[in-house]
Amino acid sequence: MATIPVDELEIIRAFGPHRSAKVRGTTSDEPEKLVKTHCCFCGQQCGIQLKVRHNEVIGFEPWEEFPFNRGMLCPKGVKRYLQGSHPDRLTTALARDPSSASGFRALPYERAIAQAAERIAAIQKAHGNGAVAVLSGASLTTEKTYLLGKFARVCLKTPYIDYNGRLCMVSAGAANKKAFGIDRVTSPWSDMIGTEVIWVAGSNVAECSPITTDYIWQARELGAKVIVQDPRITPIARTCDLYLPVRPGRDAALFAGVLNLLIEKDQIDHAFIDAHTAGFDAVAAYCREWPLERTSDVTGVPKRALEQAAELWGTAKSSFLFHARGIEHHSNGVQNALGTINLVLATGRIGKANSGYGTIVGQANGQGGREHGQKCDQLPGLRDISNPEHRKYIASVWGIAPEEIPGPGVDAYELFRKIDAGEIKALIAICINPKISLPDNQFIARALDKLELFCAIDFFLSDTARHADLVLPGSLQEEDEGVVAQVEARVIKINKAVDCPGEARQDWRIIQDLARALGREKGFTFADARAIFDELRIASKGGVADYSGMTYEKIEKQMGVFWPCYSHDPKTGEPTPDHPGTPRLFEPDSYNPIAKGAGPFYFPDGKARFNVADYRPAVDDVSAEYPIFLTTGRVVSQFLSGNQTRRIGPLVDQYPEPRLELHPRLAGKLGIADGDWTTCETRRGAITVRAQVVTTIRPDTVFVPYHWGGDKSINRVTVAAQDPISKIPQYKVCGCRVRKADGAPAYAARLEPQQ
Amino acid sequence: MAVPARFEFFLDQSRCIGCKSCVQACSECDTHKGESMIHLEYIDRAHSVQTVPVVCMHCEEPTCAEVCPADAIKRTGDGVVQSARKPRCIACGNCVMACPFGVPELYIDRAIMMKCDLCYDRTSVGKRPMCATVCPSQALFYGTREQLATLRPQSTPVNEFRFGAQRITTRVHVLVPRARPPALVDVTAALDDATQPRAVRLPVLRDAPDPFADVEV
Repeated sequence: MATIPVDELEIIRAFGPHRSAKVRGTTSDEPEKLVKTHCCFCGQQCGIQLKVRHNEVIGFEPWEEFPFNRGMLCPKGVKRYLQGSHPDRLTTALARDPSSASGFRALPYERAIAQAAERIAAIQKAHGNGAVAVLSGASLTTEKTYLLGKFARVCLKTPYIDYNGRLCMVSAGAANKKAFGIDRVTSPWSDMIGTEVIWVAGSNVAECSPITTDYIWQARELGAKVIVQDPRITPIARTCDLYLPVRPGRDAALFAGVLNLLIEKDQIDHAFIDAHTAGFDAVAAYCREWPLERTSDVTGVPKRALEQAAELWGTAKSSFLFHARGIEHHSNGVQNALGTINLVLATGRIGKANSGYGTIVGQANGQGGREHGQKCDQLPGLRDISNPEHRKYIASVWGIAPEEIPGPGVDAYELFRKIDAGEIKALIAICINPKISLPDNQFIARALDKLELFCAIDFFLSDTARHADLVLPGSLQEEDEGVVAQVEARVIKINKAVDCPGEARQDWRIIQDLARALGREKGFTFADARAIFDELRIASKGGVADYSGMTYEKIEKQMGVFWPCYSHDPKTGEPTPDHPGTPRLFEPDSYNPIAKGAGPFYFPDGKARFNVADYRPAVDDVSAEYPIFLTTGRVVSQFLSGNQTRRIGPLVDQYPEPRLELHPRLAGKLGIADGDWTTCETRRGAITVRAQVVTTIRPDTVFVPYHWGGDKSINRVTVAAQDPISKIPQYKVCGCRVRKADGAPAYAARLEPQQ
Repeated sequence: MAVPARFEFFLDQSRCIGCKSCVQACSECDTHKGESMIHLEYIDRAHSVQTVPVVCMHCEEPTCAEVCPADAIKRTGDGVVQSARKPRCIACGNCVMACPFGVPELYIDRAIMMKCDLCYDRTSVGKRPMCATVCPSQALFYGTREQLATLRPQSTPVNEFRFGAQRITTRVHVLVPRARPPALVDVTAALDDATQPRAVRLPVLRDAPDPFADVEV
């Protein structure tokens, strides 16, 4: 049973989050070496050099030669080095022990592995292989994500593996596959410089992907107009050319309305639509249902602003359209993303210099983490686990029969419903903190308590891992090597700077140790990360995400390789050891292995697909009872569930605790002043945080960032509605009511800000 | 070693996104003793997300040095105004009061004034200062005039400021719109003017400064 046996304050006392030192040692300490690697946090994956001395990361030096960020870093990147040598770092395995003050006792690593294996085997024997599930994450290296997918299917023989990209990338991924047959951005960011219009739909670029700001500003400096669609005036919106103050959850309607205006004015590219796309007529018919008046009424965007958006987009010769979680975190998320793609395809501005489209990924390996098989319905190389040919190929790589590969599993949230229902009894989790990051997370906490075995692999004891029966001490990013694919689909190399401390182990070794202890080590005897990568290259070969032509050496020499990168020319079959990768997709005469020359898109006929992007109201939308929109997101100094960044002192100081942003008109009506304790209540429950009264948000909307746990977690009250296709949760909108709190919440006196 | 004259520091506040990367990176610079020498503030967060980063402007005739009774603040030959020198500084705070840009800061615990020294340990050996290297929006830009001309065709640098009767010329430049560049930045006049409402104004809303005017609560 995984119920936390002691007061959580005792766990916090033992395992944090505590704040790190402000800086490490004295800054004039000379490093023994500088290790060229990348930031451990977001999908930008900025190049950075870590200063290392005495097996400790003591600081950083900008890496100005790396082409994507050229030395630039956000505050998280600057202070990321402080996560090493942290007092909270797990250096031994832990076992639940109710008699211990902290609820845990240390135990030798090998004994923890043996116990985990013994209990997994017993549960599988009693309840079947599917009683064990794996949850993983998109901040892991691609080697680890590949190994975890293989571990679930081949070693545990369970269909139940999914990952936290489910909370992040899946709406964009599903839309990309439906429209293009391939799931990645179209262009390197450098293509943005010189474009005429940039449309940023639901992306707080300045706080969530700060380095992209320079690209947008640079494009603007050379004449680009910037359109920003957001319910909040974020820093990127502050000086934009056109601001679309969209009502939360109405994005698909906005795209349909603007496309309708383009069609009415005939500002579309008929030649491109005829030659390279299918399905336009149905989309045009749908858009006719969205005349200006109705679009404005539904979206809350003034008619004149919609007309200006159509004018800017319709008359441009080159353009970029970006979106992020703002339009994707919806029960209509796939439709929203398809709505943007329809705007791009209708104007034919794709597959050429200075014109592109894409989602801005959130996690370190947000792109690569969704390609090689940790997703419940997927096999390596962006292959489909339900496709017999795909199963056959991967089975041949894994040395098993195709029928031995389990079928598709379920999404991360559904997996918790299966835990709640008693179908899944054991969970192995790594790189995921669902007790903070999933919506309606009090349900997640209750489900965790029902597990017979919860085995967490973690480097810091996360809020979720507090529920664990066994904790295996894993590795920080700087303690291992491997590759990740960053926002542009550029595969880059993470290099090891220091060894794991104490009994902590590189994550892939822990997975292999579990396989060995289970007596199923065949296929899990890799000697190093490179050996995993070499198998991954073969497994990806022939898939859409083809890495076969990549080597660690090529990646380092080129400072990144954009996939697909072929070992053999897909057209001629000739070896292509020097294949440079594919920075830009869909160029007019490009060849891909699906279309085989029929056209630039990844369908047999080579054509892109228009999809009717249907507007549907949000689940648990505003109502008389809950009349205010609640939306959630990030701040620049914190990352995801904060398991790392809430331990880094200077980042905590920058934005210590969540605040509820609301407009002064709403605040006035509710009698709330800036700084007041304020209660936000939904159908799931209530949360009390301090108010921040600002004119930079729609007056019918409140915003709370989601990086904190416990009573400070806004996901206590968000709704567990999901997109029917992508299964992404609807984080970005639900109805709430807001009032001045009766007093300070209990946590205010009990906990430090980061706790 | 000296800071090469061809490298100059340019500030474009319109690009600033308030991320504080500069602030966080400044404290990592070897000579800053774990402190940040940069100030970055919201102008008026209630009404805008506009932030302003302030680095030392490295005045040609530094007021901080002129008012220092201990002669602890030196301007090097390459035009960089250094942090207070340790044995001389008496931590009186004259410089803090006098600097028109509000840059120097007194560290009572160490009994010394510290301020931005253009990362002298870095810039004097040809590197860029930490803040301008990491700045994700390149609101802080360190480079040559040639680079500036290529990268910022819509901007032009100004390094003359007026505070009442005092005129100041600085080594650090502020970028202003090329279309209507002021000859100098009259700081006190800007303070005296009846300030406009600070609601964010965007082109589409030219006639209606509040983008949310139609939203019912």
